[in-house]
Amino acid sequence: MTRPQILDQYFLDARHKLVDLAAFLDRVERAAGKDDFRLQAFRAALGELSGGKKHKAKRVLLAFSDPTTRPVARAETKGACGAWNSSQ
Amino acid sequence: MKYIEPHAHMVSRVTDDYEQMALAGCEAVCEPAFWAGFDRSSPAGFFDYFSQLTQHEPKRAAKFGLKHFCWLCINSKEAEDVKLAAEVIALVPGFLDRPNVLGIGEIGLNKNSRNELRVFEMQVELAAKHHQLILVHTPHLEDKFKGTRLILDALQSDRRIRPERVIIDHVEEHTVEMVLDAGMWAGMTLYPETKCTPARAVDMLETYGHERLWLNSACDWGVSDPLAVPKAALEMKRRGHLATAVEKVIFQSPKKFLSQSPHFKAGF
Repeated sequence: MTRPQILDQYFLDARHKLVDLAAFLDRVERAAGKDDFRLQAFRAALGELSGGKKHKAKRVLLAFSDPTTRPVARAETKGACGAWNSSQ
Repeated sequence: MKYIEPHAHMVSRVTDDYEQMALAGCEAVCEPAFWAGFDRSSPAGFFDYFSQLTQHEPKRAAKFGLKHFCWLCINSKEAEDVKLAAEVIALVPGFLDRPNVLGIGEIGLNKNSRNELRVFEMQVELAAKHHQLILVHTPHLEDKFKGTRLILDALQSDRRIRPERVIIDHVEEHTVEMVLDAGMWAGMTLYPETKCTPARAVDMLETYGHERLWLNSACDWGVSDPLAVPKAALEMKRRGHLATAVEKVIFQSPKKFLSQSPHFKAGF
């Protein structure tokens, strides 16, 4: 597909998602309390969207990922929350 | 448009889903053993589950003209208890001759713990000993990148494991390349909230090609869509992919991998 064709097909959907992200940040910043590791990772991931760097989806996913290489001693939970907590 | 659903947890779905899948062109559904949403209290719970996968579920699928195949294992979410895992693994060989069993899966990691990795290696040993195909679950969200690396390291350190007989499932943009570079197959799971959207999956097909990649819904008891594969096929069509390319991805590729199983070859 050409760039104009991709824009025709996906622009409105991407715009809608971007506005939703902005509204999420407005909502969380209006609320009382402090940032946690999830919001810090979120802001780091947002930084990957601007500029001319390639593989933006990969970079965003890596911004949320555990970069360590050794197994953890024990699985304390079954779930994942979406962002790596480096303090644990 | 015919397709194969290579990863679906039909025990968690209603019968109407079988009908909808059949209407959408599904010809076979493959069901890996997984977590029930709660921990089972004994190996007997797994014995019953394996019986359900090999006896009851194929009959339910057949009512809609669908072939049903399955994979057997203890999943990574119940792998922290190594003693329980060993007892469940000991049950598996008794089911491997059943005609719809494809191999060992979905084994893998969840939180990337030492015990999970140990149980993963025990099940790789089981697969190697019984010459079984392997289907691997990679962890969720922030744990996926690390877990995929640990899984590939473990598989590549076992010289008995042939990479073309392994499918690493739930790849995303940050893990797909390392799986393909390892010579293994990669599965893209289409979920409404986590994992991949159809658009992202087709992006990866356009970036990495159509070899050793398949699409699945992994529909289960959570937020998921049993028609995700035909919806991704529609996404390919919207972008102008040829019908032959679509068929390769949603039918020929899974058929090629799964036909390495004599049970699939005989039953499909």
